[in-house]
Amino acid sequence: MKSAVFLAAAAVLALTGCASFKPVRVQPWQRAALADATMDPNRDPLGRQMAEHISFSREAASGGGGVGGSGCGCN
Amino acid sequence: MSQPHRILVPFLAAVLQAAVVCPAAAQTKAGDVFPSLAGAGLSGVVPDSAGKVVLVDFWASWCAPCRASFPAYARLQSQYAPRGLVIVAVSVDEDQSDYDGFLRKFAPPFSTVRDQGQHLAAAVGIPGMPTSYLMDRSGRVRWVHEGFHSGDTEPALRREIELLLSEK
Repeated sequence: MKSAVFLAAAAVLALTGCASFKPVRVQPWQRAALADATMDPNRDPLGRQMAEHISFSREAASGGGGVGGSGCGCN
Repeated sequence: MSQPHRILVPFLAAVLQAAVVCPAAAQTKAGDVFPSLAGAGLSGVVPDSAGKVVLVDFWASWCAPCRASFPAYARLQSQYAPRGLVIVAVSVDEDQSDYDGFLRKFAPPFSTVRDQGQHLAAAVGIPGMPTSYLMDRSGRVRWVHEGFHSGDTEPALRREIELLLSEK
């Protein structure tokens, strides 16, 4: 009985949430700010290299530094 | 599990799953009728495209592939406009100054308009920047292309334009 009540409550919550829920997605035509050069994490390669060096020295880890380009999602 | 639960639990689980998968926004695709450019509230002169093959390209000054696309569209314009192709480049720039600066730099020989409220872009549901839509003479979308890849996109566009221009 408890599981049924829990599922019923979850279903009601999910349904009402879907009725008014608009997924937060920055649309392709809204990405002007994301496409700005300042959003590129690699715009200062030396500074980034130093920050990564500090990071992996402190965290005892390396790699996984991200992907190229900024955030406009073009192509 | 008692008899009511045996029915109730899977039913509720299915409802929950259906509720989580919310419907996505509609995107204009091949076969659809493209919204009227004249009634879209665009700033700039919308060319008369009745009975012509129309290429509508959504671009922005901040979009790097869009810069590569403009010289290609200029070549297409000079080659195919006499045969009935109309190119309309729709900018989604929010700032007029960005739009003006881009046009000063590239001086495109085809029509450019600005969707200042980004209403047309939202209505069409463009999947990425840039995206181009090629319409046949009846105004129906026949080809949708997302992005612009130098070397690939222009030949593909030429093939599609040739095909549509040959249709009566």
